Amino acid sequence: MTAVELAQLSNTLFSITVALYSLGVVAFCAQLAFGRRPARTRELVGAGAPVEPATDTSQDPVLDPSVEPSRGRRWGAIAMALTVAGLITHIGILVTRGLAVDRLPWGNMYEFATAVVLVAVTAFTVLAVRAPALRHIGAFVMGPAVLALVLIGLKLYTDAKPLVAALRSYWLAIHVTTAILGFGIFFVSGIASVLYLLRTRYEAKVTAGGPADGSGMQIVERLPAAAALDRVAHRTAVFGFPIWTFAVIAGAIWAESAWGRFWGWDPKETWAFIAWVVYAGYLHARTTAGWRGRPAAWVNVVGLAVMVFNLLYVNLVSTGLHSYAGVGK
Amino acid sequence: MTVLDPPRTAPVPPSPPPVHRRVTGTLLRWWRRLTAMRTAIILLFLLAVAAIPGSLLPQRSLSQNQVNAYFTDHPTLAPILDKLYLFDVFSSPWFAAVYLLLFVSLIGCVLPRGLEHLRALRAAPPAAPRHLLRLPDSASVPTPLPGTEALDVVEEELRVRRFRVVRRAGPAGPELSAEKGLLKETGNLVFHLSLVALLLALAGGKLWGYEGSILVTEGQGFCNSFQQYDNYSAGPLVEGRDLTPLCIDLEDFRARYEEDLTASSYTAKITYGAPGESGRETTIGVNHPLRVDGDRVYVTGHGFSPTFTVTLPDGTSFKDISVPFLPSDTTTMSSQGALKLPDLPGQSDQLALEGFFAPTGVVQGGVLTSIDPRPLAPQVAIVAYRGYLGLDSGLPQSVYSLDSTQIDRGTLKRVGAANLAEGQSLTLDDGTTITFSGYKEFAALQFSHDPGQVWVLVSALAMLAGLLGMLLVRRERFFARVTDAPDGGGTVLSLASLTRGSGDSGPRFAALTGDLRAALDARAPAPGPEASRT
Repeated sequence: MTAVELAQLSNTLFSITVALYSLGVVAFCAQLAFGRRPARTRELVGAGAPVEPATDTSQDPVLDPSVEPSRGRRWGAIAMALTVAGLITHIGILVTRGLAVDRLPWGNMYEFATAVVLVAVTAFTVLAVRAPALRHIGAFVMGPAVLALVLIGLKLYTDAKPLVAALRSYWLAIHVTTAILGFGIFFVSGIASVLYLLRTRYEAKVTAGGPADGSGMQIVERLPAAAALDRVAHRTAVFGFPIWTFAVIAGAIWAESAWGRFWGWDPKETWAFIAWVVYAGYLHARTTAGWRGRPAAWVNVVGLAVMVFNLLYVNLVSTGLHSYAGVGK
Repeated sequence: MTVLDPPRTAPVPPSPPPVHRRVTGTLLRWWRRLTAMRTAIILLFLLAVAAIPGSLLPQRSLSQNQVNAYFTDHPTLAPILDKLYLFDVFSSPWFAAVYLLLFVSLIGCVLPRGLEHLRALRAAPPAAPRHLLRLPDSASVPTPLPGTEALDVVEEELRVRRFRVVRRAGPAGPELSAEKGLLKETGNLVFHLSLVALLLALAGGKLWGYEGSILVTEGQGFCNSFQQYDNYSAGPLVEGRDLTPLCIDLEDFRARYEEDLTASSYTAKITYGAPGESGRETTIGVNHPLRVDGDRVYVTGHGFSPTFTVTLPDGTSFKDISVPFLPSDTTTMSSQGALKLPDLPGQSDQLALEGFFAPTGVVQGGVLTSIDPRPLAPQVAIVAYRGYLGLDSGLPQSVYSLDSTQIDRGTLKRVGAANLAEGQSLTLDDGTTITFSGYKEFAALQFSHDPGQVWVLVSALAMLAGLLGMLLVRRERFFARVTDAPDGGGTVLSLASLTRGSGDSGPRFAALTGDLRAALDARAPAPGPEASRT
């Protein structure tokens, strides 16, 4: 295949991936809709210990797939199959593009963002395969992922092009790859914290005996227990933090040989630093009295907001040395 | 950190204290407040928030031009922001205050923990809790072996798993405590102390480091001294005589492009060496600086220096004067600059050119534009001026443009203009000819010296190693106690473990218990069916 054909194939795979993921989201929603509403009394047992992170998941009706009716479980399996199929075509997008331009396929913002979503979906898939109960957050992870991909395709699309001189370094493989990994993992972590915030509000209402059937409550009811969501958020952040730290250090080493200094408070560097500080704050907050629980989760959500801001604002609006977006050229 | 703040100081004595005690008491209280984890978290967020204006407002350290433009656009707001150091955020006193407080808080938190950890490293694992079977991970295992032998087996199995083991005679029977994963806390301390080291290395680099930049046209060179640089910045402890004696000549510069005109590489062939020494040759480029003895030389940009031959009516000729033109558009490399001839023999008037250089020029409707960054058909558009350049007026002026006030005043008069291809000339009214004789390339070079950066790297890597130790290592404690079996045959082992830094300790404990059972069974002289089954 010629480079042009490969680039076109990459674009076709992009559309197929969006379609597969979208169907996956529909199936995840069906799982939520057809999964049996857990009995209120048993729900209370699960909700009674939201602060203690070591809750046994098998006691939770929502978390134990064996309690879930087969219809919901079947939809969950279909959703997972669609997501994995989408994951394969998603990898295909980047592989064909890489072959088309004969380099690593993360040289501009379109490729970078596509790869970040790939890491996020992979992280979710790994979690959902290991703990099937987490499939219940599928709609909430894959929904934003599909939205992100659609926006990437519409707003950030850039034709396959060779790299500018400054990016021709093996540090591209090291720095950008780890930045993508860190971002993708933090994405899942941030979503888990958002769901944790929704779920704790619901559990507080249920424990208080108040009406828990406000708008959207039926869906929140079927999410995993707050403790499980908190654990997912924390574990993924713990996994992502050293990777992000390494990405920043690798970036500094690269900057030293490319730009003449290892750190210069370029806007991208500044926001990478801010994100690092916020995630360090999250990891500390989660073990500090007065910050545990919801405040810590908010910190994690702020961390994700910083990461997204760093991608969108710094690449598209501000000017700096990291101006490799290539959007609109 | 996955640990609660440990108590850091001895409790304040409750009795009504004398004045000096009260003062130290207050200080102690404030010190404790500063070093509390809650304060550290607040300071972390303050640091994050304090960095934000540094990315939203133009910064002097990044671009003085953008700061100037901001002053022009916001004449009333800018001076106020400037008073608040908002154009120098990262060297501002308030930014320094936040990170210094954070580091004091960090040191105050980490040092006592470090001492405690040193003690823990030397101390034996703590005694087993009285009610072992009340711990979340616990089991009771009967064995036909006598008590000491059963504990021998457990100890051996634990030592193989790199536990530190101690045996005691407890009140309820012989017992065993084991511990491993102290590396977790070590990692924690290494991480935090490396941050301090990183800050110190950073500060050292700022104090003793310097940086100079200069545009060098092919065939020319420079030596490392502050007088020669177009721009330089130096730390307060740098003295001019400390600068490494190094001279660099640019022999050849080359920019290469892909078919779609993406720049693929910039390479500069240079010779370098001490002054007066015959230099060594090397090639430097983007991502490949020259590194000599802790100094680095970078190519940070490039452009074209058109060359002109100016012949005066009396026959005096200035042959092939080249002057760097600054690129105004990096995709087409169209560039702008000026050539100033202040000293003309036999003339009181000065001569100057202001021009536009196009490496691949196209003239449409009399206007020259560039369509390609490669020098395929170089052309210049020049405007010639004669009169007073204002170079000795006392006001600094750019070497890349003429002083517009002199033109406005009429002291510098326009005397001709032309678009010239290579070899073409413009003849002025008095017979002076200006020939566009060709072009050379120039490289923007940067000389950097930062004695701290190696230590910054070492600290950063130590920090990462500490972080990995802190996040990946589990600290585990394991306890065992033997009591005589109630029915008289053999003994019963009570086992329990405490894990810090892992959510699912249950399966690991079950696996370890299973291994211990197997080892006990293997050691038992003639395993009765009831012993192996339980």
